[in-house]
Amino acid sequence: MTGILVLEQSLNGLQFGLMLFLLAAGLTLVFGIMDMINLAHGSIYMVGAYLIASITAASGSFWLGLGGGVVATAALGAVLELSVLRRLYGRDHLSQVLGTFAILLMSNEAVRMIWGAQPLALNPPAALAGPVELLPGFSYPAYRLFIIAVGLAVALLLYLLVTRTRYGMQVRAGASNREMALAMGVDVRRLFTAVFALGAALCAVAGGLLGPLLAVQVGMGESILILAFVVIVIGGIGSIRGALLGAMLVGGVDTAGRTLIPLLFDQLMGPEAAANAGPALSSILIYVLMAAVLFWKPQGLFPAHG
Amino acid sequence: MKVSCSKALSLTLTAAAALSLLAGSAQAADKIKVGMLSTLSGPGAGLGVDIRDGFNLALKHSGGKFGGLPVEVIVADDQAKPDAAKQTADRLVKRDKVDFMTGVVFSNVMLAVGKPIFDSKTFYISANAGPSQYAGAECNPYFFNVAWQNDNLHEAVGKTVQDKGFKKAALLAPNYPAGKDALAGFKRYFKGQIVSEAYTPLSQLDYGAELSKMRASGADAVYIFLPGGLGVNFIKQFVGAGLSKDMTLFGPGFSADEDVIRAVGEPMLGMFNTSQWAHDMDNAANKRFVADFQKEYGRLPTLYASQGYDAARLMDAAVRDVKGKIEDKDAVRKALKAAKFDSVRGAFKFNTNQHPIQDYYLRVITKDAQGRITNRTLGTVFKNHADAYVGECKMP
Amino acid sequence: MAEPTSHLSVPTGLFDHPGHLLPGLVLLAGLIGLPLLAQAWGQEFYIGVASRILIFALAASSLNLILGFGGMVSFGHAAFVGVGAYTVGILMQHGISSAWLGWPLALLSAGLLALLIGAISLRTRGVYFIMITLAFAQMLYYLMISLKVYGGDDGLTLPGRSQLGWGLDLSQDRTFYYVVLGLGLLVFLGLQRLLNSSFGHALQAIRENEQRMVAIGFGVYRIKLMAFTLAGALAGLAGALLANQGGFVSPSMMQWSESGMLMIMVILGGVGYLYGGLVGAVVFLVLEELLNTVTIHWQLGLGAVLLLVVLLAPNGLLSLWRRKAGS
Repeated sequence: MTGILVLEQSLNGLQFGLMLFLLAAGLTLVFGIMDMINLAHGSIYMVGAYLIASITAASGSFWLGLGGGVVATAALGAVLELSVLRRLYGRDHLSQVLGTFAILLMSNEAVRMIWGAQPLALNPPAALAGPVELLPGFSYPAYRLFIIAVGLAVALLLYLLVTRTRYGMQVRAGASNREMALAMGVDVRRLFTAVFALGAALCAVAGGLLGPLLAVQVGMGESILILAFVVIVIGGIGSIRGALLGAMLVGGVDTAGRTLIPLLFDQLMGPEAAANAGPALSSILIYVLMAAVLFWKPQGLFPAHG
Repeated sequence: MKVSCSKALSLTLTAAAALSLLAGSAQAADKIKVGMLSTLSGPGAGLGVDIRDGFNLALKHSGGKFGGLPVEVIVADDQAKPDAAKQTADRLVKRDKVDFMTGVVFSNVMLAVGKPIFDSKTFYISANAGPSQYAGAECNPYFFNVAWQNDNLHEAVGKTVQDKGFKKAALLAPNYPAGKDALAGFKRYFKGQIVSEAYTPLSQLDYGAELSKMRASGADAVYIFLPGGLGVNFIKQFVGAGLSKDMTLFGPGFSADEDVIRAVGEPMLGMFNTSQWAHDMDNAANKRFVADFQKEYGRLPTLYASQGYDAARLMDAAVRDVKGKIEDKDAVRKALKAAKFDSVRGAFKFNTNQHPIQDYYLRVITKDAQGRITNRTLGTVFKNHADAYVGECKMP
Repeated sequence: MAEPTSHLSVPTGLFDHPGHLLPGLVLLAGLIGLPLLAQAWGQEFYIGVASRILIFALAASSLNLILGFGGMVSFGHAAFVGVGAYTVGILMQHGISSAWLGWPLALLSAGLLALLIGAISLRTRGVYFIMITLAFAQMLYYLMISLKVYGGDDGLTLPGRSQLGWGLDLSQDRTFYYVVLGLGLLVFLGLQRLLNSSFGHALQAIRENEQRMVAIGFGVYRIKLMAFTLAGALAGLAGALLANQGGFVSPSMMQWSESGMLMIMVILGGVGYLYGGLVGAVVFLVLEELLNTVTIHWQLGLGAVLLLVVLLAPNGLLSLWRRKAGS
């Protein structure tokens, strides 16, 4: 196992973790401030990816697609919040599960109707499609570096937004104690819509960035949604800091699991058995991680409430 | 507040009405029903769509009829999920009572839907999936494969890589029956050193970890079996990671046909691959097929489309040869085995395990005379090649 | 320790659930007559569909026990269904196809697992309970994927249905349907008795106000764990039947989306209503089947219906039909 392998895997883990963070940030804010379980969060991620892919295909420019798609998804998120999701605040979690699951079904089908059942092609811009020589003898895909850069930039922006702006202060107040924030005169309705739109924008960024690496297809949100929930539970519901740390942890465990464990199993039991046990074990590890964190810190790493 | 009697009664009546809505028409005895269960969504969608389109083109060429009888094709999406596919297959054979079935792309789905189809004595003409189980120990009189047995195309690449003198190969395939068949076939003919062998989950699209492993293994040849969207992602990431400079990429025709070329483009130039069919094959049936496919669908056909086309032609020939009496299962089986139809591959014949004996060709991706990036046939790797499992098949 | 109102002959208390004898019998008659109706219409295929719906009604009712009546939002219930199914499948793989061995073992293994998972999970509450139950279910899901010897994520095909003996051939769809109906009826009656008993009252009281029950001195953890275990066992039975019905077992039966589906059925039918699981499963699956024949975009219609239910009938469909007992 060479140093280059470790370095490459660390970068991969960082890249995956940052994208998970983008998804988890929106989810944790919605859960923390509006106290709403949103199963449709993955659907917004999917719609964001589709919009970005479509605009990119139509305009021929990835940048235009990314920018346009993020704005469009944020607008869509706001519309969704104003029309339907607003009615689910204050309801019990079960109703929210049912309602957002219904939205999940409908958006899957709507996407299928509009764009067809086959996946959409989304390619990174030609400038980023090749490798970058980071060290002599080690080239790393430029596009993954770009994802890492964007992820870090967004994390920084979010940090500034939440800690340095008035709006961010209201968000933190709302996450920490909703009733008190209301009592102190925060315009809750506008705040909620804005938070939701922000979450949707973050989803779109993740969707658009991951699209070229994975696939823009119906149902792409479901698998990553569950990981996002794990991340926010680990990090603490309502805390963006927690979402970042949780995402890094999960991303790291997932990537390490996908390389180290098969490597280990390869030596012990041969490629076929390793191929069976490896991915399963690395996925199980993530849940064991969550259980361990909850055991030690039942409210997550950085609980926002109280 | 107690529930009134009438409310419960109305519920029962509603249920009865619902049932009547679901009641389909009784099956007409003088038409052929074909169940096309294929992958029409997700990364494998391109393959299923091509099989369906090839099949429908053949149907169009025979005037919408098989052996003179009108044909009804019921298309369903298996979503590449064995459990969903099984339920849909049950529905097709038990409710719709189809006479033939075809279309399955992935071998794990095939193995899941096989039993209900065979138990209901419905003939399955496979236009793709050729798991080694159905060619060998679990061969079944109701299973015909008009395409190939899974290992075949990979055996041809194994021989090619061996003949080209590469010494160290890194292998990658998805972790499902066809993936295992693939690497088994490759290893049967490649005698060099396997420095890395990995199986990834079928749902995995990000190959970062596997690419790192390959980089560390020091291979000079990389062999992948990644159909459809999986291959597209891998090749893009392979080139993006800079590995294409030091390693030569090989694949079967599944990872190097028109669908992948359309998505990846220039980076694929120079990639060697093998196939039992190519669009530049010189026979009348193929020329007509390729020309009409382009006219009808606006794209060049892949090998999947050719397989779907041939499946329909085989069914047509069988129904014609039994003069429409498809209730006589033994006669239909004999007609299918005889395979008296003009395949787009030229001459066609089945082995005793109802899988083809055919030639396999080496192709390379280049720019053709019109500047399109496409496959060009270089030569023959195997002539009259049978699969490795026919000896294990004890067909009644 | 205070005793709750005892189980009198005429259940009328706050937590009692009358079985609604007359509409219940009509429903039963309809269910008994269903296969005959289907055969008269030449639609034998739908007997299999009806069996499947009844099996899901059983699974949903088992979830309703802890979700509706116990207030425990378990997001991992499908794992118990899967465990029951795999018990039958694995036994058959090893040549044991007797239902008398397979089905009780499915009950037992699922129940045992529920005991283990519940013992750990019930120490948490709220969203953390939801996530822990989800985590355990996902772990089981990934475990079964890794066991390629039992099919892995390609699944396991069963060579046939379980053998019941007594001249009952379960491979006949009609026979199987009546066996499922019989078992379902037994479980339903058992659940009704349980809910109207002191245990059931205690469970529901815990759902209403757990702190008060702790203060009074009830063994709250113990009661919840017993309910969780029983629910898991019953889900295992449903799993064994499901494996028989489909002839196929795969890890995807245990995915979180399947647990979500079960929850949807319970919520749709009516959380905390005796017939909630049954109504929810029937409505959900029949709707899915109906819409499927009408349009390929049936998920849109299904989603729309579910959304309407959430907005207009917040306590499930049965809340429109009648009010909860005593409220």
